[in-house]
Amino acid sequence: MMAKALRDPLLWASLALLALVLLMPDAKPAFAALFPALERPMFELDSFLDLTLWHLLLVGASSGAAVLLGVAAGIFVTRPSGAEFRVLLDTVVTIGQTFPPVAVLAVAVPVIGFGFDPAFIALLLYGLLPIVEGTIAGLEAVPAAVREAARGTGMGQLACLLKVELPLAAPVIIAGVRTSVIINIGTATVASTVGAWSLGLPIIIGLNAANLAYILEGALPLALLAVVVDLAFGRVLSSLQGWRRA
Amino acid sequence: MIELERISRRYESTVAVDDVTLSIAEGEFCVLIGSSGAGKSTVLKMINRLVPPSSGRIRIDGADTARLAVEALRRRMGYVIQSIGLFPHWTVARNIGTVPELLGWPRARRRERAAELLDLFKLPPGEFLDRYPHQLSIGQQQRIGIARALAADPAILLMDEPFGALDPITRETLQAEIAQIRRASRKTVVFVTHDMDEALRLGSRIAVMDNGRLVQVDAPLAIVAAPANDFVRELIGRDDLGLKLLSLDRVASRLRRGETAPGDAIGDTLTLRQALSRMIADGKDRLPVADAEGRALGAIHLADLLRR
Repeated sequence: MMAKALRDPLLWASLALLALVLLMPDAKPAFAALFPALERPMFELDSFLDLTLWHLLLVGASSGAAVLLGVAAGIFVTRPSGAEFRVLLDTVVTIGQTFPPVAVLAVAVPVIGFGFDPAFIALLLYGLLPIVEGTIAGLEAVPAAVREAARGTGMGQLACLLKVELPLAAPVIIAGVRTSVIINIGTATVASTVGAWSLGLPIIIGLNAANLAYILEGALPLALLAVVVDLAFGRVLSSLQGWRRA
Repeated sequence: MIELERISRRYESTVAVDDVTLSIAEGEFCVLIGSSGAGKSTVLKMINRLVPPSSGRIRIDGADTARLAVEALRRRMGYVIQSIGLFPHWTVARNIGTVPELLGWPRARRRERAAELLDLFKLPPGEFLDRYPHQLSIGQQQRIGIARALAADPAILLMDEPFGALDPITRETLQAEIAQIRRASRKTVVFVTHDMDEALRLGSRIAVMDNGRLVQVDAPLAIVAAPANDFVRELIGRDDLGLKLLSLDRVASRLRRGETAPGDAIGDTLTLRQALSRMIADGKDRLPVADAEGRALGAIHLADLLRR
């Protein structure tokens, strides 16, 4: 049991991320040695723990909202009563996806100002497509015979959705959410162009000041964060499908 | 008692079911038969309201089904379909307990009932209760499908070509099992098939449908002996009409008690058709007959098969 836990990549990736975030300032001599030309080799405007937590909050809030909206919309258009909105929904989420987040920020800032809010909206719109598509694909993959059996045995619409359709569609829906969240973790860096706190801050400042050390200091924890979250999703997915392996 | 009163089902330009009136008595095994697209499945699905009738009325024990709560109505009827439709993410126990769960039975009682039904199909509960559908053969899956339909002990069983996807051997076993279950429980069964042999074997009454209309409703013997028109004759199969007749009766009915004959004995519950087949295969014009325990009962002669 213990040995198995120690071989767990999720555990090690999480510990590595934690260490990187907490111990980053201690790496200042290393960065100074790597980039001797730089006057400030270490980003010290805020702690990396703060930046990581803000980053997680931004991604969590926008992805959470995208999941609620996206799954609800996907369920709605796969019901007989919502079928006619399907094409409309497809169009809207595709536009949301093709519209670059930077452009959304440019439009949003004059309307709602700088900071967290415009970034939240841009990421929410950008993250909807994989979730909506995953929900629709997952629900449509539920075999017609299973749905007929559910109705034939006297399950109501809601019971059929909650007990049969969503559990069977869950792996495809979660896969969509996973894609969306991982993309959002990367995309959230642009939020720092409009003054939202995130791991993008050292990267944006580094780009403006041609400070490669800053860019690395933002990008390393960011990449590790994406790996940790991806591994966590993998864990959720396999736990949902225990019955397939039985 | 199920009464279909002038029911029709129209789709935009086609009529799937055209003015069907049929009443099915309690305990009856009514087979709806016809070629594909004849409307037999649609009739079945109108009974549990999976398909709403365009016109007409359906009464169950006198109550108009259109006025009953649809979920409650369906929970009172077992429903078995050709594609089985087990819930793949649920164990056998939970699948069988679907309707009991909806009816709010406690967990322990649902599991007990599932074990009881597995016993009925000779599947050891200890081995099968916690398996998932994908771990079962198709024949086992359909047994679970039937067990699910029987779980809350409904008075009515609706079966939509339940054995259509099974291999011939499994199909025959399941036909025997369902016939036995019905004899033991006196359930009313409405059974859709396109296989006349199956209809003759199982039905206490056969309703033949063609193009959405009811063509003939009769006892199996009457259907074979006096087909109402060419379509029914076609369905029976002109060439083996005689064999169909033979398959309606059992060896026990033509048995010469006490007589003996040389050779391997056949069981008294075999159909006359099976007896004929054995005579031809063995090259004999009479065979000894024994009961299920192997006790000699008598003999049957080829000439006995020709009597009507």
